[in-house]
Amino acid sequence: MKELICIVCPQGCRLKVDEEHGFAVTGNGCPRGAEYGRVELTAPTRTVTSTVRCEGGAHPRCPVKTDRPVPKGSVFSVMEALEGVALAAPVKVGQVVVENVCGTGANVVATRDLPSV
Amino acid sequence: MYELIVIGGGPAGLAAACAAWDRGLRRILIVERDKELGGILNQCIHNGFGLHHFKEELTGPEYAGRFIQLLKQTGVEVRLDTMALDILPDAEGAAVHMVGRASGYRVERTRAIILAMGCRERTRGAIGIPGTRPAGVFTAGAAQRYVNMEGWMPGNRVVILGSGDIGLIMARRMTLEGAKVLACVEVMPYSGGLNRNIVQCLHDYDIPLYLSHTVTDIRGKDRVEQVVVSKVDEKRSPIPGTEMVFDCDTLLLSVGLIPENELSRQAGVEIDPRTNGPEVWQDMETSIPGVFACGNVAHVHDLVDFVTEESQRAGEAAADYVIGRRWEKGAGRPTSDERTIRLKNGDGIGYTLPQRIAVDRVDKLCTVAFRVSRICGPSRIVATDGAGERIAAFNRDRLAPGEMERVALPRVLLEKAAGDVTLSVEEKEGESA
Repeated sequence: MKELICIVCPQGCRLKVDEEHGFAVTGNGCPRGAEYGRVELTAPTRTVTSTVRCEGGAHPRCPVKTDRPVPKGSVFSVMEALEGVALAAPVKVGQVVVENVCGTGANVVATRDLPSV
Repeated sequence: MYELIVIGGGPAGLAAACAAWDRGLRRILIVERDKELGGILNQCIHNGFGLHHFKEELTGPEYAGRFIQLLKQTGVEVRLDTMALDILPDAEGAAVHMVGRASGYRVERTRAIILAMGCRERTRGAIGIPGTRPAGVFTAGAAQRYVNMEGWMPGNRVVILGSGDIGLIMARRMTLEGAKVLACVEVMPYSGGLNRNIVQCLHDYDIPLYLSHTVTDIRGKDRVEQVVVSKVDEKRSPIPGTEMVFDCDTLLLSVGLIPENELSRQAGVEIDPRTNGPEVWQDMETSIPGVFACGNVAHVHDLVDFVTEESQRAGEAAADYVIGRRWEKGAGRPTSDERTIRLKNGDGIGYTLPQRIAVDRVDKLCTVAFRVSRICGPSRIVATDGAGERIAAFNRDRLAPGEMERVALPRVLLEKAAGDVTLSVEEKEGESA
């Protein structure tokens, strides 16, 4: 039996996951917690949020995220992949910045509009 | 003459203005001191926003973007790069003095006002950390703006004082950007942040959290060179002989937020010393009729979703006030012959909001937000009336000062209550957290 704090939402439920019985989860307040408990002990994932360079916009950085969680072990590779990326304003929210980043199947997308100035 | 002026274009101001528009107001102005709307959400690039309101997980800029889009579909006027300087309430409403780069010094008249100025970070000066005064000491929020919006790294080897959510989020952010975060230091025996942030920001990156510790010295001439951390006793006094020295170039402070009420005070609004925000009725009206407050200016929130909900309530109430619907159900202040209740803080309660309830104006339920003043295991939140009668009780498995709680008091029970109502925490004996 493994105890976890759920990170799906700010509630922070205290989960108990039974590794010996099909990763059955108790203590979860919603179905997403059960899913999190199972995935966290089998193949943990995280959504990566960061910024990339942006030329000609209101700010020199544009915030981005992976459009789905990526394996926890590839978080730093995703950060490295964003190192040299530069966008040109205007940027639209949801715009794909890097496709299939590090082969994770996730796209890195912009999380705000940055009009050109 | 405006019907409503909203001071601040962050999440509270945006939600309040949209709600007031939807309720029928047509002459609304938002005054925003930054060059863009969205407030602090623009620099909160991490995700976890919107699970309650939008039922999906958004980043801060995405959450702000949704509301900016909603606002664009209304006729609400926005004045950016403009700072409200003074609010002068009078019999017809108020005059708002403001100065803007493009519009110059202006005085605008309005029937109602919504205060949505948010909060500020506590600084080194506010908590009096000893030591030299080198560069490299930042509030966590200032560092967040440098990294996420302006593209500067504040330093390479970092100690974080305080375990509030911004500090935790910045521990992860600085690590991802290549800095080494040596420690997160918290003076209290528990974290001030959300559990999920302890897990995904500290545990994920093996950053140690030192509870019951504080920074007792900052060393360095031009730039921070060392930070000394000591254990503290139950009275939060440093214990000699427990010093740990960290070689670092940066100290980030996440030591609390203070509602920004300079304007409110100038206007004569009554301030609750517990929240550091205006005392409000259940519809978010302050002690001055027609002046409402919502979001972090009223009390510091953990979740923007609850800021949105509270601000919509304020926006609707402001609209009702202007249109004259305020004497119908659900909104407004009591006339002298009406039943009013003061909410008092009993054992274990740090503050409540609202502080005052006009019973006849409560729709069905009166939402009360509060924080506890200590960590509690399985407990009951108990509402007791002036005669000592228990009018309502709510069970909780665990309570922590770092997490805002809410209960809904039914109007029928408030009607029966004798005198004022006290909210308190009763820990259940024989059960552990």
